[in-house]
Formats: sequence, structure tokens, C-alpha cells
Amino acid sequence: MRVAIVGVGQTKFGELWDKGFRDIVIEAGIEALEDANLSGDEIEALYIGNMSGGRYLGQEHISALIADYSGLTELHIPSVRVETGDASGGSALREAYLAVLSGMYDVVIAAGAEKVTDVGPELAMDIMASTADREWEGFVGATLPALYALIAKMHMERYSTREEDLAMVAVKNHKNAINNPKAQFRREISIDTVMNSPYIAEPLKVFDCAPISDGASVVILASEEMARKLTDTPVYIDSIVQASDYVALQSREDITTMKSVVYSARKAYKLSRISPNDVDVAEVHDSFTIAEIMAYEDLGFCKKGEGAKLIREGETEIGGRIPVNPSGGLKACGHAVGATGIRQAVEITLQLRGDAGKRQVDAEIGLALNIGGTGGTAVVTIFRR
Amino acid sequence: MLPRFWRKIKYRYNLIGSKCKNCETLYYPPRNICPKCRRRGEMEELELWDEGRVISYTIVHETSDDFKLNVPYIIALIKLENGVIITSQVVCNPSEIKIGMKVKPVFRKYGEDGEDGVIYYGTKFVPAD
Repeated sequence: MRVAIVGVGQTKFGELWDKGFRDIVIEAGIEALEDANLSGDEIEALYIGNMSGGRYLGQEHISALIADYSGLTELHIPSVRVETGDASGGSALREAYLAVLSGMYDVVIAAGAEKVTDVGPELAMDIMASTADREWEGFVGATLPALYALIAKMHMERYSTREEDLAMVAVKNHKNAINNPKAQFRREISIDTVMNSPYIAEPLKVFDCAPISDGASVVILASEEMARKLTDTPVYIDSIVQASDYVALQSREDITTMKSVVYSARKAYKLSRISPNDVDVAEVHDSFTIAEIMAYEDLGFCKKGEGAKLIREGETEIGGRIPVNPSGGLKACGHAVGATGIRQAVEITLQLRGDAGKRQVDAEIGLALNIGGTGGTAVVTIFRR
Repeated sequence: MLPRFWRKIKYRYNLIGSKCKNCETLYYPPRNICPKCRRRGEMEELELWDEGRVISYTIVHETSDDFKLNVPYIIALIKLENGVIITSQVVCNPSEIKIGMKVKPVFRKYGEDGEDGVIYYGTKFVPAD
């Protein structure tokens, strides 16, 4: 049995001051139901990626709350919040997929939502640091950008990756976001913009870091049989694999590779009987520019250490050999933490259906990589039309 | 309210980690179970206080409220002579820090739990030469 995506929806990502948590979830949900041409009665279960409702909003138990305010209350369906740091969305997608694959349900929702900007930047930094090891990393003042900076520094030292190469990732993703109406930053930037921006944690500068964003995204999954009745353009989840790794960098043998990514990618390729060369389009977790360079390597788009070469040669631009982050990625589309993994699935679905407008890539097979923290969790999904 | 970080004081102050008696791997921070041997392993505590070298570092300019009075500060991965890797602050002029630099551990203040809270201490590193 196969599992298909039959509807997608997404709010704009960004500082959504005038909208509350419930508002954005409902907005994305209604868009997805309209896209799937469903009334809502068909939904049998909800899986919601959300990293830190408790700290951002002081609201736990958002699973039932979302079911409640989405108008699904009187269906009394099960609703579960899924949390794996900022890979929560990817993990929610996987739980929803498994629920349909099990034969238990025909139609389920996988959602992701986060309302981040109600807290200030310092507290937001502290909350993001909680995706790393609080007791042994956070305690000494190692924020998430600081940890990615340690990774970047070592990658630069070992593979001669330059700060300009990292900057090129941000430039590419900003350029792609211009054509994404849901993106947070729809303006072109230059290498100089990035290079002249102040350091957050050397060598990472303001423009190497994804912003914090509010946002919600929703995909509706259906069994193959149901999908055929609902749509002429189903996009299938061919495989979805999640892996974990040591949470703290100091426990890893080599911090210039993320084993969780390598393991999940390798297994997903095997399950889908494809090689990295067969991937036509990818959305990867560029929470920091170095993470996109490492994703190229760990996903097998190039050899280890050659990630910088890939961006330099333009191979990951739209029109290149393997376009990466046509949406603008986390850097320019925005990073609404728990919503990001589902947002990636929305983008790949649009791309495979041919509904991606001016940022359209010619693609049959798509991949999404969602990462929690510095790689303690990775989720790799292969999509096929 | 209890201070957030106190249970691991001993391990933080003296750099006490674990050694697996089965495979002899050293771990810092300490672990209850060896991830290589799992149930075949047996852990014992071991002091890992040692000199080491900086294998990667960053100078932090933007941070959370807990550390914002300290910027710019240095976070480094330090590989000790005994092979263990530790994430720690390094106390020196940011212009001096470089990969390969020899450092030694010292007992230092890390922060406090708000204005009225307890003061947190731990191990930082300083240049050894």
C-alpha cells in the first residue's frame, strides 16, 4: 500500500503579529482542505509538529486545542503533538504516514505550527538552545548558532570551505524566495550583504542564520485507494526515515558530518530503490548556511568535503543539476521551528505537481531533510509523483 | 524553586567522566550506559582533568539573557590528552584563540540563576603556555 499527499496548505512565514497560534493553524488547515476538496468530516486523526508551545506560549496540550479550534471537536478524533526539536514537523509527517500505512486510517492530517515571535530574541535564542544538550552545552553558553559555528569552523579548517561559500547559500536561497509568496524574505541579497553583516558566532553572521518565524503548514495524507478517488495529482510518500544521533557535539567522532542524516538518507534511498543522483529537487534544513553545505555531502549529492564546490558551481540553483531549497529554505522562506518539516513537504508536493509557479523545477522525485538541533534527529522523506 | 543545575556539580567541577570497563572508552559527560557495549559494558567514574588542545572554536557575539553580559566570549571543543572531547569556554583574548592551541582546565564561575539565585561554577580552559 502507498500513502499519498492529497492536499497542502501553508500560512505565510514571518512575524505574524496580528495572528494568534490558533489563527495560523486554522488558516493552513482550511487551505489544505480546500486543496484536497474535503469537507473535514473525512479526517480520522491529527499529528501536529510543535516544538515548544509550552515555552513560546505557555500552552501545552495543543494537540486537543488544535482539534478543538479547527472545528473537528465533535468528531472526537485522536490528536497528538509530536516533538523532536525543530524536526518536529518531519516527525509528525512520519507518524501520520505510519498511521495510514498501518491500515488504521484512510485520511489523516499532518500539521506543523509554531508561534515564536511573542517572545523576545534572547529568550528565543535560549529556547532554540534547548534542542542541544542543556546540561553540557547550554550550561557553558553554547547557543545553537555557537554550536553550528563550531561545526562550520572545523569544516572550513578540514575542507577549505570559505565564509564566502557559506554566503552563497544565503544568496541563492534569498533569490529563490522572491518567487515564493509564502516566504518571509522576498528580496535579493548579495555576497557583500552577507559578508558585511555582523557576527552572531564567528564564522556565522546574521545572514548565515535562518530567522525565527511564526507559521503553520498542513498536509493531508490518504491511502492510495482513497487518494485515487480524491485527486488526479497525488504525490506519494515513497519512503520516510528518521534517525537519531548523540545530541551533544562533544560526543561525536566527527562533527563535520551528521550521522543521523547519513543513516536516514541511506535507508530512504534503499527503501525507494534510488540513488542520490535520482533526486530532482530537494528541500533541506538550512537553519545555518553550513548545514546546507553539509546536507549536500551527507545526502550524497557530492562527496564529503565538496559541498562548497557544489554551491560555487551553481549546481544547486534552480536550473542546476540538483536544485536545493527552491522555496527559499529556512533562511529566506523562514523557520517556524515545528512547522518547517511540513512546510518542506508542502513545497515538494507543489513542485512534483507542477504547481510551484515561477520557482517550478522539472521534477519526478523530491527529497526533504528536516533536522532537530545540531543533528540529534534527522528525517529524510522521498516523494514521487 | 531549586536551582536548575546542581546534580552534576561533582562532574563539572572536577571533570569526572566515565570509563567503560569492557571496551575502555572514556566518556565526558559521564554516562550510565556505554553506547558501544550497552548491557555488556560496565561504567566506572574517572577523573579526566587534563590539558588539551582546541580543535574548533567560535567567538560568540549574540546570545541568550543568561550570557549576554559576557559577550564576546569563546566556546571551544577541546580534545584532552586522554582523548576526551569537551565543550567549554576558553578564557583568553579572542584575538589569541586558534585551532591547535594548548589549554589547561581551571575552576571558574559560569553564571547565576537570576539575581537572587545560586551562582554556577564549572570548568573553563585557559592557555597552557
